[in-house]
Amino acid sequence: MGLLSKKDTLLLTDPLADNNPITIQVLGICSALAITAELKASIVMAISVMFVLGLGNVVISLMRNIIPSKIRIIVQLIVVATLVIIVDLVLKAFAYELSKTLSVFVGLIITNCIIMGRFEAFALGNGPWRSFLDGIGNAVGYGVILIAVGFFRELLGSGTLLGFKVLGDPIEKTGLYAIGYENNGFMLLSPMALIVVGIIIWIQRTKNTALIEEN
Amino acid sequence: MEHLELFFKSIFIDNMVFATFLGMCSYLAVSKKVATAVGLGAAVIFVLAVTVPLNWLLDQYILKDGALVWLGEEYAEYDLSFLSFIMFIATIATMVQLVEIIVEKFSPSLYNSLGIFLPLIAVNCAILGGSLFMQSREIPTLGLSLTYGVGSGIGWFLAILAIAAIREKIRYSSVPPALRGLGITFIITGLMAIGFMSFGGMLTGGDEEKKEQPTVEAKLDKKELNVETAKEIIADNTNINQ
Repeated sequence: MGLLSKKDTLLLTDPLADNNPITIQVLGICSALAITAELKASIVMAISVMFVLGLGNVVISLMRNIIPSKIRIIVQLIVVATLVIIVDLVLKAFAYELSKTLSVFVGLIITNCIIMGRFEAFALGNGPWRSFLDGIGNAVGYGVILIAVGFFRELLGSGTLLGFKVLGDPIEKTGLYAIGYENNGFMLLSPMALIVVGIIIWIQRTKNTALIEEN
Repeated sequence: MEHLELFFKSIFIDNMVFATFLGMCSYLAVSKKVATAVGLGAAVIFVLAVTVPLNWLLDQYILKDGALVWLGEEYAEYDLSFLSFIMFIATIATMVQLVEIIVEKFSPSLYNSLGIFLPLIAVNCAILGGSLFMQSREIPTLGLSLTYGVGSGIGWFLAILAIAAIREKIRYSSVPPALRGLGITFIITGLMAIGFMSFGGMLTGGDEEKKEQPTVEAKLDKKELNVETAKEIIADNTNINQ
């Protein structure tokens, strides 16, 4: 037995695939899709959510016995809002350009359903260490989808990854562009984020038929 | 005019669901039946119409850079805008509770249809998003912020109504098993969003007067042309026809 027992490892790995917050639990789509046109923004968003969810889960779990259940939603919102303000200020201080791109979507982490969902479903009934692992696991599961969507949209839409021209230069016609490849500007428009997530869900459920829904 | 423009803009062009993906969670979760979708949509319109103007007042008189100047000259330098997340969400949570209590007291029938959705709404991204966009787009007056709130609410209502109607029908089609439920809903929403993008050209914003003049001139040109060169055009046409 190391630091993680078998049950704890499951907390970390389960949300990555079979209980993924986005594709299975349908949580946290709100702020996820609009910012995935660039890989960099997706990565920053994933890290921000990991910070907020990991710490928030611990805080709520520590306070779980003293929160009156009637006003727990407001308490949870205040905890998240405080953490998100920290994220927002850090982004504004160290990555101002990026915080402009993310604009209101940093603030929308507050109402990201993943966070409230995990608070309600897990942190209110479990100890701090397990809640922390659950938070990190779910944030990683969320991040994986975000990064996958961001990867395809940036690669197919602008032919770059993190700003590097991996497919060659579209103006000087080097690399793939030399043989007539064109960027698909459509991928940069917001509706394609939905369709890309739809396709990811399709692939995932084709592989794991147990996840298929009834109707 | 300003109000009308903002109203249509917030319904169609900046539609909450299709342009900015706000409120997707409840949009996907509560869109299986038209009746429940209507209930939630109405509640969203209602809450947005209350919280956006309220948060506008908060932003204008407490949070903005230098907004505290009404307290006295020495407060002019304060910038509390970093507190806006926490203030907005607290206002929304409180208002939702208050609205729930008021509706329960005065209209039990409305409460029965809206009641279960109201607590859900406190954590609906569309509500907080409405306030945050109101702040970042710098809507100038209280009246306009009300228009913006109602307009975005109606936009959200339309979106959830449309998807619920489609999902009710799609139950009878043979969707590939792995796409059933969530997958196909995502793809349909994407297609609907592409459709809504066509509204983008509906309002060009404020330059109507400039536009009218050239069209009038163009018409005059055409008339002169017709008088002078009618015979030539007819001749051309007959040539083409031959």
